[in-house]
Amino acid sequence: MDPLLLSRWQFAITTIYHFFLVPLTLGLSILVAIFENRYVATGNETYKRLTKFWGKIFLINFAAGVVTGIVQEFHFGMNWSGYARFMGDIFGAPLAIESLLAFYMESTFIGLWVFGWDKLSKKMHLAAAWLVAIGSSISAFWILIANSFMQNPVGYAIENGRAVMTSFLALVTNPNLPYQFLHVLAAGITTAGFVALGFSAWHLLKDKKGDIEFFQIAFKWAAAYALIGAVMVGLVGDAHGKYLGKHQPMKIAAAEAIWDTADPADFVVVAAIDEEAGKNGFEIRVPNALSFLLYNRFTGEVKGLNELQEEAKAQYGDGNYIPPVALTFWSFRIMVGVGTLMVLLAFLAVVRPKVKFLNKSPLFLKALFLAMVLPYLASTFGWILTEEARQPWIVYGLQKVEEAVSPNLSAGTVLFSLILFTLLLGATVAVTGWLMYKYGTSDPKAEKAAEY
Amino acid sequence: MILNTVWFILVTVLFIGFFFLEGFDYGVGILLPFLGKNDTERRAVINTIGPVWDGNEVWMITAGGALFASFPNVYATLFSGFYLAMVLMLVALIIRGVAFEFRGKRESKSWRALWDWAIFTGSLLPALLWGVTVANLMRGFAIEQDMNYYGGLLPLLNPYGLLGGLVFVSLFTMHGANFLTRKVSDGIAERAKKAAFTFWIVATVLTVAFVAWTFFATDILTKPGINGLVPAVLAAVTLLVTGWLIRARKSGWAFITGSLTVVFATIMVFAGLYPRILVSSLDPSWSLTIVNAASSPYTLKVMTIVAAIFVPIVLVYQGWTYWIFRKRVEAKPEELTY
Repeated sequence: MDPLLLSRWQFAITTIYHFFLVPLTLGLSILVAIFENRYVATGNETYKRLTKFWGKIFLINFAAGVVTGIVQEFHFGMNWSGYARFMGDIFGAPLAIESLLAFYMESTFIGLWVFGWDKLSKKMHLAAAWLVAIGSSISAFWILIANSFMQNPVGYAIENGRAVMTSFLALVTNPNLPYQFLHVLAAGITTAGFVALGFSAWHLLKDKKGDIEFFQIAFKWAAAYALIGAVMVGLVGDAHGKYLGKHQPMKIAAAEAIWDTADPADFVVVAAIDEEAGKNGFEIRVPNALSFLLYNRFTGEVKGLNELQEEAKAQYGDGNYIPPVALTFWSFRIMVGVGTLMVLLAFLAVVRPKVKFLNKSPLFLKALFLAMVLPYLASTFGWILTEEARQPWIVYGLQKVEEAVSPNLSAGTVLFSLILFTLLLGATVAVTGWLMYKYGTSDPKAEKAAEY
Repeated sequence: MILNTVWFILVTVLFIGFFFLEGFDYGVGILLPFLGKNDTERRAVINTIGPVWDGNEVWMITAGGALFASFPNVYATLFSGFYLAMVLMLVALIIRGVAFEFRGKRESKSWRALWDWAIFTGSLLPALLWGVTVANLMRGFAIEQDMNYYGGLLPLLNPYGLLGGLVFVSLFTMHGANFLTRKVSDGIAERAKKAAFTFWIVATVLTVAFVAWTFFATDILTKPGINGLVPAVLAAVTLLVTGWLIRARKSGWAFITGSLTVVFATIMVFAGLYPRILVSSLDPSWSLTIVNAASSPYTLKVMTIVAAIFVPIVLVYQGWTYWIFRKRVEAKPEELTY
């Protein structure tokens, strides 16, 4: 094993842990602010209790999100010093701005929100809730500016062997950014919707003597929120795919396992992918459907991996420029499959009060409780897709992953930290999940007895 | 060129903010298991920093981010070179960060004791490791011509580095004790005051030894032009005054002068380094400076504009938070949040 491979594993594992927590922070901060907004606008105490109940889940999740985030920041210097030197001029700026604009805002106003219930006026307290939510979205926005550059470099020049920024405006108006940001934001809304839906379903199912009305209201809001999120994820994702077809054809070709250029191109539903031979064995195709997905018509060329590999060789020199096809292909299918399932479930949850069969079905509530795992699956495979389909590049077309790794790390050192972070962050995520379960299934009326 | 110096100063300011603010909340964390005699008292201690510790930690994150944006080579050399120290620091910050949130979530005694010790360890270790790191920055370490350091962790744990670590721990503990004396009441405040004086003695002895060693082993205090001598003297004076103020029970003033000690000590370090940031002990020309480690003039310009707008805003709302939570925390369970 070499430090490069171990560093890649370490980054992958810690990022996935981090992104178990981030979407819920993004989405739930907004939902909590919406509930508090209702409370302040109507004076209805139920909404105050909803605010506090989901606020507690939010806080448990947020703490773990912060600590896994610090690990990510340090990583760029620790394991990827080649990247930090080459990209610091461009990458450091959005990271520092994220810190300055978002982290201060989130952390300061969370402190005020938690400790300020009887120290601030109602409106000031509500403002704190919104500022936390806005801070979370700003944070996602700036870090995705950095990530968008890695997918699609803009506004730069190469000077003395490093990338330097030539246009800050180009960086923040990266055409890849709106898709990525809205996709992530919508994923956050979906995650929060499904988590709130899942715990509400649990209470409606198990807690016959509990506060049924409270969780019926929560269920109603969560269902609408989840549906809005899930539909938006799909729409933005579809538009992003069309964009990538034009600008990052290698990513699309890998995600769709298209080895040979075709016009019109078929959509490969499932395939036995042979990466060695550069072709698929068994496959199920829908004729012309990929052209339709990318261009909204049944014709249009989609370049295959083999041709793109030749083009890349001509442009960048010898080397393998084809990403891990099977991994991206299946990640894509899991993401889209799970996403579609979520749209369906969220729709059924929204219409539940009107449909007798659903309204009486404990099975549906059970399914919704289990469905809490779905947004996490989709997010994880979404990131595996977008990061793996950029391989071998760390910055598309500019720097390869192997050039980015720190030259002064031994395999033993990285193995040590890899094991340590995997266990420690794994335990952190596990305890977070357990506490969320404990509080999510607790009686909101017993609030006073609990810690907040 | 002038922007390079501006950013050197801004990074210094961020580290001052970090050491001043996180300094006392690390100190509070270190004192937690010893000053709180029962769960309610320990909760009161935690509640003094509850609303602000996360915002304080952002100063470290921003200092790191600013270093990355303005001097990416420093970021790359320092974080990869001090890899294992950074790993330990992260481990400490992880358990500390979740401890505040997890601690109160179960009634069980052993559960709470576990997180009390997590807060203690998570506060002690970063204080120690930052001290070790800063001392090694002052003395210089084996940076090679390619800007990388290949020596690993052990050479950094030299006696001078470790002494620097202990100076940080003792100063921060005193600083935290001064903060607590102001923020809690009755019995705990009295114990905090005693702890402040004890750690003042320890900090003074260690600091004198460290500064003397610095004088002979580094050029921080003696190099021609800008150096750390004046801030070192100011740090020493404020530290001595702090001891007197603690004895005289002027706890608010003791906190202020103790804070100034941290501020001047940080200025001493950066003034002594300027215009270098990372000193190579192998060859002075291999050192990373505000010139060869910097981002492009364009990026520095953009970042200067951003910082000029947002740093004042951050200062205003963080200052306002301290104002909102200015009252002492009473050890009454019904009034505690954590």
